Amino acid sequence: MARKPRVKLPNSVNKGQVVQIKTLIPHKMETGQRKNKKGGKIPRFIINKVEATFNGKPVITADFHPAVSANPYFAFYARVEESGTFKFTWTDDKGKTVTTSKKVAVK
Amino acid sequence: MIGRKVLSAIAIIGLGFTSGFALSVSSANAQMNEAEKRAKDPRNKNYMVGDKNSGYVYMTSQTRDMQDDDFANPGFVWVDTGESLWNKVNGTAGKSCASCHSSAAKSMKGVANTFPRYDPKTKKMIAIQAYLNRHLGEKMGAKKWKWESENMLAMAIYVKLQSRSTPVKSIINDQNRTTLAPFLAKGKKFFEQRRGLLDMSCKQCHEDNAGNMARSNVLSMGMPNGFPTYRLKWQKPGSIHRRFVGCNKNVRAKPYKRGSEEYTNLEFYLMQRALGLNWETPSVRN
Amino acid sequence: MSNSTLKHKQTMERRDVLKLLGLGTIAAATGAVVSAPAMATPESAAKLISTLSGTSSYKSGKISLKMPDIAENGATVPLTVRVDSPMTADNYVKSIHVAADKNPNPEVASFHLTLASGKAEVSTRMRLSKTQNVVAVAVMNDGSVHRVSRLVKVTIGGCGG
Repeated sequence: MARKPRVKLPNSVNKGQVVQIKTLIPHKMETGQRKNKKGGKIPRFIINKVEATFNGKPVITADFHPAVSANPYFAFYARVEESGTFKFTWTDDKGKTVTTSKKVAVK
Repeated sequence: MIGRKVLSAIAIIGLGFTSGFALSVSSANAQMNEAEKRAKDPRNKNYMVGDKNSGYVYMTSQTRDMQDDDFANPGFVWVDTGESLWNKVNGTAGKSCASCHSSAAKSMKGVANTFPRYDPKTKKMIAIQAYLNRHLGEKMGAKKWKWESENMLAMAIYVKLQSRSTPVKSIINDQNRTTLAPFLAKGKKFFEQRRGLLDMSCKQCHEDNAGNMARSNVLSMGMPNGFPTYRLKWQKPGSIHRRFVGCNKNVRAKPYKRGSEEYTNLEFYLMQRALGLNWETPSVRN
Repeated sequence: MSNSTLKHKQTMERRDVLKLLGLGTIAAATGAVVSAPAMATPESAAKLISTLSGTSSYKSGKISLKMPDIAENGATVPLTVRVDSPMTADNYVKSIHVAADKNPNPEVASFHLTLASGKAEVSTRMRLSKTQNVVAVAVMNDGSVHRVSRLVKVTIGGCGG
C-alpha cells in the first residue's frame, strides 16, 4: 500500500500570521553507500527536493542529500496574507513526484 | 563496512566485560549521573509507575520530543497506513476489518492488553501478528502478511494505538490462571536464562542493571508498552520480536524466529512485568 | 599466468623481489585509496560551503544551529537552523546551507527561502556517520553570509540490536 506524505498546518489563520508547517514523507532515503548481501552496492535513491508553494508562488524549496534521514521530516514557516492553497511537491532521484495540497483560510 | 563491524564487535566485547565484572562500578561513573538526571526529569513522571520505568525515561530529550508530537513521530505514517488498511476490503470474503469491527477507536480499545493471548486451537500463546494473519486467512480469505512487513507493522500499530495512554492490564484471571501459568513460567525462564557467547540473560541487563550504562546506552527495563516502536536506528518501526532478535545477537546467541513459541512466551512475560505503565505505541526509541 | 612470467619469477633475484614488493605496496596503497569511498573532510566541507554561499568570509552571530551535543543515534539526528531576520523585502535570508565534515559526503541540505517564508527557521533530521562538525550558513539578501558550526558526538551504542 502506497504510503502518503503527512502535512500539518492550521486550517485558519489571521492575516499576515506566520505559521509553522511540518511535513514528513515515508521514504527509505537509500544513501548509495550501503551494500546488499552479495556485496553489491545498493544504488542511491532519495527524495532530493521538496517544494512548497502558496497560490502558485514559491514559499520555500529544500534540496536534500543522502545525509538526510529516512522518512524525511521538514518543518518551516510561511507568512499567510490571503486565503489559498499550499501545495507541496516531493521529487525523487527518478524524477517521480508526489504532491499534496492543503487549504488555509484567513479569518 | 568492515570498520563498522569491528567497532561493533569491540562494543559487544565491552558490553560483555562490563556486565561480567564491573557493571556496578560503571554505575558510579559520570555517565550514571546522566541516567539519574533523566529519571528525575519531570517530563518522565507519567512514564514511571512505582518502580517501573518505560523505555521513554531512558531516551534523550530530543527523542522524547519526537514521541511527544504525533506529527514529529514518524511512526504515525504507519498509523495512517493502518487506518486505510482497516477500512479497505481485502480478500475473497469481500470484507474489511471495519465490516465486522466498525470503528477501531471503539472496538480495539484495550485490545493491546490481550496479546499475546491463549490460543485454544494450538494450545499455545499467540501474538497479535499471528492472530491478525489467522483473521486475514480464515475470516477474510485474504493473503497473509509477513511478520515485519509494512502492512503488518501498520495494522499492529494501528490496533495497539487504540489503547494508548491507558495502563497495561493483565489478562490473567482465576479462570485462566492454571492454563496460562506454564507459558508465563517459560517466558520468565527465557528472561533469566543466560545465553550466547557472552553468557548473558535478559535479566542481567534489563532488571539487575536497568538505569546503568552499557557503554553509551542507558539500559532500559525492557518494557513492551511502546511496541511496535519507531527506532531511530532502524529508521522505521519494528516488532518486539525484532528487538528480541537484535538483543540475542548482541549477546552472540542464535536468535529464534519472529513469532516463535520462545519469543511469544517471552513477550507474554514482559507484559506481566509492565502492568500499570501506559501504552505508548508507536513509541520512539533510539 | 603466462610462461614468460613464470620463467621470470623462477629467475628472479633478491633485488627484483624487493622491487616488486615495493611496487606491490604502492599498488595496494593506491588501490585502497581508489576503492575506499571518498569521505568528507573539514576542507571539503569548507569548500562546499564556500561554493554554495559564494564567499569564504563569514560573519558569526544571527544564525543558530540547534542539535543535541550527543546524538542518541547517528541515523536520525534532529536539527533546526534559525536565522535572526525580519524577512522583509530589504532584509531577508535567501538561503541556508548545511554541511557535515566527516560523513561520506559533505552535503546535507540546502534551503531556498522567500519573503513568503515569514520566518527563517528550518528543521529536519540528518545522518551522522561519526562524531563530527555540522556547519550551517545563511546567505542574506545583501550577500553577507553568517556561519555557525557545532560538534555533535555520535557514540557507539552498547546495544545495537
